[in-house]
Amino acid sequence: MDDSAVSAERVRSGDIRATARLISMIEREEPSRLAVLKALHAYGGGAHVVGITGPPGAGKSTLTDKLVAELRGRGRRVAVLAVDPSSPFTGGAILGDRIRMQRHATDEGVYIRSLATRGHLGGLSRSASEAVRVLDAAGYDDVIIETVGVGQSEVDIVRIADTVVLVSVPGLGDDIQAIKAGVMEIGDVFCVNKADKDGAERVVREIRAMLETAVLNGAATRFSALYTARAALAPASTDPATIESARDSLRDSLRGGAMEQGAFHHIAAQAPGHPNLEIPPVVCTVAETGQGIVELVNEIKTHEAALAATGFLRSRREANLAWELGRGAAERVLSALERDERKETMSELARAVLDKRIDYYDALDTLEKALTRY
Amino acid sequence: MERKIRVLVAKPGLDGHDRGAKVIARSLRDAGMEVIYTGLRQTPEQIVSASVQEDVDVIAMSILSGAHNHLFPRVMELLKDKGVDDVLVVGGGVIPDEDIPGLKAAGIAAVFTPGSATTDIIEFIKNNLKRRE
Repeated sequence: MDDSAVSAERVRSGDIRATARLISMIEREEPSRLAVLKALHAYGGGAHVVGITGPPGAGKSTLTDKLVAELRGRGRRVAVLAVDPSSPFTGGAILGDRIRMQRHATDEGVYIRSLATRGHLGGLSRSASEAVRVLDAAGYDDVIIETVGVGQSEVDIVRIADTVVLVSVPGLGDDIQAIKAGVMEIGDVFCVNKADKDGAERVVREIRAMLETAVLNGAATRFSALYTARAALAPASTDPATIESARDSLRDSLRGGAMEQGAFHHIAAQAPGHPNLEIPPVVCTVAETGQGIVELVNEIKTHEAALAATGFLRSRREANLAWELGRGAAERVLSALERDERKETMSELARAVLDKRIDYYDALDTLEKALTRY
Repeated sequence: MERKIRVLVAKPGLDGHDRGAKVIARSLRDAGMEVIYTGLRQTPEQIVSASVQEDVDVIAMSILSGAHNHLFPRVMELLKDKGVDDVLVVGGGVIPDEDIPGLKAAGIAAVFTPGSATTDIIEFIKNNLKRRE
């Protein structure tokens, strides 16, 4: 199939070859992809985008395989983007996540695509957000993104996913790991996989203690805004009329969308020792045997419902898109600066700074002024 | 951006020996290719479906069980059914010389038997891709 045969109509009609090729065109940054992506823009927005992230060997692929099976069982069409690292030396990559998901290969309601990072840091590939939009427009109900095995700062997934599942396992480190900044702050749903192993209970305790402390401190984490909105719905009174009026006022203060009754009743387990304090759910799973998978999917879907009901789904997507626009604009500026005549301007400025004729900040101001002229 | 070669490495059939396939996967990776490794006991349907979803340039299959005369042509047939004619398909494993002409006639571009140098396999792939810029 030729790239030119790829069209929005073919992607929309469920043509897997066209969808797969379009994602390749995105990866190659082919200018011809843009016409198709623009035509697809009218569609989509309905997919629930779920990120699965965690350290290498935590069982993300096996977990993803089981999530796909459970979601299929609920009648949903599912797409998976599985990201693995490229070698910084050869540019090659072994994309091995699929090995755990091959039983879904011939299920027409499942699309699985492996992506190499191709030098991009942050736990995803550069193409990931465009690929998600394609799969959303192609009509998948859930798009699951499995990140590379992450360390402590690969947090790009929060810019794409509606719901982030942070996967931990027993035996990775002492409790100080749980209070470090970075990946531990980005979960909406926490999963302790390999929960049949020694030390699982301790990991759960540590995560819960971390979450509880974050909530008590009013720390700005990924979930804190949602929980602030929830707190407005947790009146001290148990009087139904009071609860209802708190609900009404919150409903009024939030943009659009009918609030689903019941969505607020349950987002999270209560923090130990603080019966009125809510923290995100911590779910124990053994992905290998399927233990805990139903509960995990329930929590993921409950989170989605809560996002939708509070209006946070839209505000989260808006913030992410604004961030992505900023990144896109910065890339355009960079590439504009690298074009011939401007490159010469930069060289001239560099010489001027080296010769102490102007300082670094004057040079930046000059460049910025030059840019706004273009 | 530089065109990356994407290769699906699969083990059709029932034998459980994937050492060779892993060596090939690693060598192709070191040659700068993106290798989607699908593992053991893949049916031709799974292989073809995965190669379409992954939009690969190459399918590399290894088989040691002796079922190559059935499974390799079956993959070619399924590719044809799906209208896929731009993927290079190569095979390898314990395959008697006398079976090779038949496999090539079925559309397997090359058959690499034990002792083949990985550099030859890499060269062959680079020189025989069906898709080009």
